[in-house]
Amino acid sequence: MSAESGKIDPMHQFLIQPLVGEHWQIAGQSIAFTNSALWMALTFGAIWLFMLGGMKQQMVPGRWQVAVEGFTGFITDMLDTNIGPKGRKFAPYVFSLFMFILFANFIGMFPVALVGAHPFAVTSQLTITGILALVSFSMVVIVGFAKHGFHFFSLFIPSGVKGPMALIIFPIELISFLMRPFSLGLRLFVAITAGHILMEVLAGFVINGLNSDALWVAPVVSLPSFILMFGVTLLELLVAAIQAYVFALLTSLYLSDAINLH
Amino acid sequence: MDANAAKLLGAGLAAIGVGMAALGVGNVFGSFLESALRNPAAADGQQGRLFIGFAAAELLGLLAFVVAMILLFVA
Repeated sequence: MSAESGKIDPMHQFLIQPLVGEHWQIAGQSIAFTNSALWMALTFGAIWLFMLGGMKQQMVPGRWQVAVEGFTGFITDMLDTNIGPKGRKFAPYVFSLFMFILFANFIGMFPVALVGAHPFAVTSQLTITGILALVSFSMVVIVGFAKHGFHFFSLFIPSGVKGPMALIIFPIELISFLMRPFSLGLRLFVAITAGHILMEVLAGFVINGLNSDALWVAPVVSLPSFILMFGVTLLELLVAAIQAYVFALLTSLYLSDAINLH
Repeated sequence: MDANAAKLLGAGLAAIGVGMAALGVGNVFGSFLESALRNPAAADGQQGRLFIGFAAAELLGLLAFVVAMILLFVA
């Protein structure tokens, strides 16, 4: 990989490789258990353990229960402020979405390469984030049509727009509505991918500087790179949390559009 | 100019867009902080809008990054 060859290859970490069942097939499509599937399973396991420890429902909560209730309270507060009382029934969906993205981002940041495993950020794949965005978008469309019928199309004409202006505003609003799943999925995917490329490149600088023959390279290149990498890693932890929050926030805003129609 | 050099130059030029997004994100948080210090009581209620503005400004910078990656690895 990058360290051995001396050339930095930041895209190698995003490679999806089959771990078990390379030849398992359904209708000609491979269904091998890949490293992406493994890290998704780890994410679900981590969320399951986290929730299991905090669902004791004691009157006087312990620390763990407070942590879990902090997360659930955070999501219900977000839904209450953005959607209103009708938003409560979407809390399970938005909560699962938020927790999955948050845990996948954080688990993708774990330095498990130190013990020889290959780390993999699940959310750095457009297929994963795109499907999450499509699920959110289809939920908005289904809820909108189920609640308002064809009256849902009035979402595309802001209140107060009349006559010929509506003819111009309608397609613009429609296109911006249809772009939502793309921007939603793309934002998460690119933010995580860019962060991991940046960290890999800086780590490559550190390692190549330490391996170089000239002695002056290590303090001049490796040390500043290492300090910068420390800061960038902290920034990426912040980005991992912010992206999960933004995804859940935008999902709840879009749901609010579909439920309240302005 | 040979096609590969043009690709690399284009990817480098796309990086300007990332810097522009940095200006936008800084502007979002800077303006928020400026007005939050004037009226700290109202600041907490506007945090959702803060992150919507942040997400919109950041997305356009990330699109510049996507353009650079497409030029380098796909085109």
